[in-house]
Amino acid sequence: MLASLLMVFIAAILTHNIALTYLLGMCPFISLSKSLRTASGMGVAVVFVVTLTAVINWPIYNLILVPTGTELIYYIVFIIVIAATVQLVEMLMERFFPVLQVAFGIFLPLITVNCMVLAVSLFLVIRDYSYLTSIVFAFGSAVGWIVAIVIVAAINEKLKLIGDIPAGMKGPGIIFVITGTLALAFLGFTGVANI
Amino acid sequence: MAITNFKETQSFETIMNGLWRDHPIFSMVLGICSALAVSNKLENAIAMGAGVIFVMVSTATLISLLRSLIPRRVRMITYMVMIASFVIIVDLFLQAFFPNISTALGPYVGLIITNCIIMGRAEAFSSHNGLGQSILDALSNGIAYTYTLASVAIIREVLGFGTLLGYKVTPESWTNWVVMAMAPGAFFVVAVIIWISRTAAGMESE
Repeated sequence: MLASLLMVFIAAILTHNIALTYLLGMCPFISLSKSLRTASGMGVAVVFVVTLTAVINWPIYNLILVPTGTELIYYIVFIIVIAATVQLVEMLMERFFPVLQVAFGIFLPLITVNCMVLAVSLFLVIRDYSYLTSIVFAFGSAVGWIVAIVIVAAINEKLKLIGDIPAGMKGPGIIFVITGTLALAFLGFTGVANI
Repeated sequence: MAITNFKETQSFETIMNGLWRDHPIFSMVLGICSALAVSNKLENAIAMGAGVIFVMVSTATLISLLRSLIPRRVRMITYMVMIASFVIIVDLFLQAFFPNISTALGPYVGLIITNCIIMGRAEAFSSHNGLGQSILDALSNGIAYTYTLASVAIIREVLGFGTLLGYKVTPESWTNWVVMAMAPGAFFVVAVIIWISRTAAGMESE
């Protein structure tokens, strides 16, 4: 049991990395990997929200939507849950942890449109995970995302200092090349773990 | 004569902005996730593009008609619910008529909801423009998205599988570039396309 949970966790980070294998969460990935600070700030916020929405969405789908035969509307339910969670986290943080609010306040509203949050919830449904596996998978995926964005942001920062990049390639272009190379490197993990 | 007149109208502006000047993928870098993920085969790209065009035009119509009734504070969530409803229609339609494509696209159909192009156009254009202009804007942005997706998909399918829409187009001795069919290939092809289009447009990066 524990071994299979660990396997899901490692697979979600290395072999089935949500950013590098499934190409999800790319909009904020490209726009925020310009600097290491914003990348890690967004990363922490993502880990928090992804795990929390998986914790909430799994029971809603399996205990409410399936018994009542209304699985059809799960897109609407999930997206509302995500938007509401983000709003709630923002309000709670403002009230109880003003320091944290300052640290990643601007990233929170952006998370609603980060497609990996919805994607993780959809994967839970498609793959029919148990509750515990779902939470581990969601946490692992988010950690995988943070790993990828931090590596890309760090390479990008270095490259800006020493690299001689063609004008048309600056900005998003070079980030795609870095991410592609990283994805290629992560292919090397194939076989380490499987979902 | 009619053409020169048309060039000065607002409709022409709207269409050109959508199709080229503010190209959603190259200049704004929006809607990337799906563009990368479903562009390994041309048929997937076309199905995805058609779905996005349908959702964009429908939501643009609805939002433009209801724009004075939606309170500003809850507008985002309202748009989300509208978009999600239309995505369910697309999902069911694909499942019923194109089950193969539906399986190939998997969760990415549902992810049309979080495609930032749709939300972006709803927020930036449909929420304060008339019905006709909103539909034109949605249509031209949707078409721009589709042709981009299709061009990435053509490169990846020919190089990665040696086929186009399932038909063999490469010579017998062709070796498939397996990497093109996988995730890294998507990044490289999009990077090169962005490079070419930015250089051609003489665009300055920030």
